[in-house]
Amino acid sequence: MTAKITVENLYKVFGPHPEEGMQLIEQGLGKDEIFEKTGNTVGVQDASFSIEAGEIFVVMGLSGSGKSTIVRMLNRLIEATAGRVLIDDRDVNSMTRDELIDLRRRDMSMVFQSFALMPHKSVLDNAAFGLEVTGVEQAERESRALKALDQVGLKANAKSFPDELSGGMQQRVGLARALAVDPSIMLMDEAFSALDPLIRTEMQDELVALQREQRRTIVFISHDLDEAMRIGDRIAIMEGGTVVQVGTPEEIVAQPANDYVRSFFYGVDVTRVFNAADIADRRQVTVLERPGVSVRAALERLHANNRELGVVLDPDQHYLGTVTAETLAAQMQTESAPSYASAYVSDLNPLPAEMPLDEVVTRSSQTAYPLPVVDEHGHYLGSISRTAVLKTLDRSGDQ
Amino acid sequence: MATNIRDLIQIPIGDWVETGVDWIRTNLQGPLDGFADGVGFLADGLESLLLFLPDWVLGPLIIAFAWWRVGWRFGAFALLAMFLIAAMGLWRETMQTFALVIGASIIALAAGLPLGIAMARRDGVAMVIRPVLDFMQTMPPFVYLIPAAIFFGLGKVPGTIATVIFAMPPAVRLTNLGIRQVSQENVEAGLAFGCTTRQLLYKVQIPLAMPSIMAGINQTIMLALSMVVIASMIGAGGLGNTVLTGIQRLDVGLGFEGGLGVVFLAILLDRMTQSFGFRRRKD
Repeated sequence: MTAKITVENLYKVFGPHPEEGMQLIEQGLGKDEIFEKTGNTVGVQDASFSIEAGEIFVVMGLSGSGKSTIVRMLNRLIEATAGRVLIDDRDVNSMTRDELIDLRRRDMSMVFQSFALMPHKSVLDNAAFGLEVTGVEQAERESRALKALDQVGLKANAKSFPDELSGGMQQRVGLARALAVDPSIMLMDEAFSALDPLIRTEMQDELVALQREQRRTIVFISHDLDEAMRIGDRIAIMEGGTVVQVGTPEEIVAQPANDYVRSFFYGVDVTRVFNAADIADRRQVTVLERPGVSVRAALERLHANNRELGVVLDPDQHYLGTVTAETLAAQMQTESAPSYASAYVSDLNPLPAEMPLDEVVTRSSQTAYPLPVVDEHGHYLGSISRTAVLKTLDRSGDQ
Repeated sequence: MATNIRDLIQIPIGDWVETGVDWIRTNLQGPLDGFADGVGFLADGLESLLLFLPDWVLGPLIIAFAWWRVGWRFGAFALLAMFLIAAMGLWRETMQTFALVIGASIIALAAGLPLGIAMARRDGVAMVIRPVLDFMQTMPPFVYLIPAAIFFGLGKVPGTIATVIFAMPPAVRLTNLGIRQVSQENVEAGLAFGCTTRQLLYKVQIPLAMPSIMAGINQTIMLALSMVVIASMIGAGGLGNTVLTGIQRLDVGLGFEGGLGVVFLAILLDRMTQSFGFRRRKD
């Protein structure tokens, strides 16, 4: 993975004399002091992160946390006061006007919270706007715009006008407008925030689906943690102009950097955030790697580790079954040659890694044994005990 | 004992203005004449065009236009208005006034719209222009007649020029306002997709400001109409003349007839120009 966008020590000071504000920041003064002394507002302070090609990177924070400012500094709708924004290793802030216009036309497009469609243009012409500005001739831009409308399911409405469409459909036009120029980067500023919850989820799923078809680098601004968790490959959390934490959704929920980050989880349903692989633990059970070992030796190992049960894997780490001290002992009693295979606990099917936690909860309530988790190739990832499930649920209950 | 401030200090603003006007008259007569010729050409041309067409051609044209743009009810009103104007024997005067209004409006818009755009794009320009507009709008319109008459004599040309000055401010103001009111996100959308400054203006700002700009154009035309009546005092002619004659002779009937002509013209112009303010679909 290579960094598509790199943000290095980015600052934005709004107000009458930004340089003055910058100097005070360098002297180590806080936001409030700077505002009191100079009337300058620090919008973004020392933001650094990098966004990899093809990922959905969500910048999350409450209003006023500087997230909209950051996204606008990526395409220089807002000029940074200090710091660098590198896109494909080119410094955006030092580009000439023509280079900047070229970058905006070719490499990045934007989707807006209030849709920002042109009311005097038809849906088709709106979708073709970016191409029109670039100077693509009419026949080609219309066919490309139509293709983009088709991707968002609005081909039939091409001749309508924006005010004839519902909010969700208008934002699809906004999305089509951004897709039509076929950019490598899409900036989405609270793109779904103005939509009602049902439509919002639908659009989120659609964005993820579009992303599966063709991977673009998406920078998504949101104030909604559920949304961030749903679509984000990684999330940056902003507070008062600073980036307080960057990580995958799981990392952020599991290890919130501070109380501010933690406060986002009020009301967040962790069962949708975590999947089976996230809470599977390899340490909970003894792993019996070679089925070739005798049943007696296996039983010895369980006793030695003071465990009741073990997981049997083949040399390639594929999950074969779960045995308990009890089933192994029972095998020792039988007349025929004792075997692992007959000692496996029955009805204990491994869970797929991506099974959401809410389903894991249901499954774990149906059995007394820890549930094994495997990846798509059948490799063993760990087991989930009932206690582990309860602990995870409990963590969300705390908040 | 009342001390008059004028006993201590005198600032003869009136004298200065007079001196200035004299200076312009002696030194800038050439350019002024050229300007007057241009304005005269436009005003005369329009008037001859409208008077060249007989009432039984132009009347139905106007009625058809009213019907097409606004609706059949308004078409019926236009029919009544045209009929009454012709029946009162004011056709010629009405068309003269109409020509003057159109001529003055064209000049006012040709100057006013670009000025409004410039104001919207640069705060500095706006800061300079705004007090000038305030001045133009609050100065009693009769005052414009004096320098207009001094520079350009009597007749249609000074009438048109005085009308232009009086009618221009709303076009400038509403163009400026309309462009400034285009939502920030629409402007950002334009820029984010790579508009140059010029593309932003023509593809985003002006189209989205259109309802406001059209309102400005409408206001300019209406103000032009009201000024044209006043401008008849310096010989601009038309319906204003009829009204003025009515006043001078205390002839209520004549005054009312002239006034009614102005009202008809105003309603026709207002509704027909307003009809362009609404977005036309699917064309």
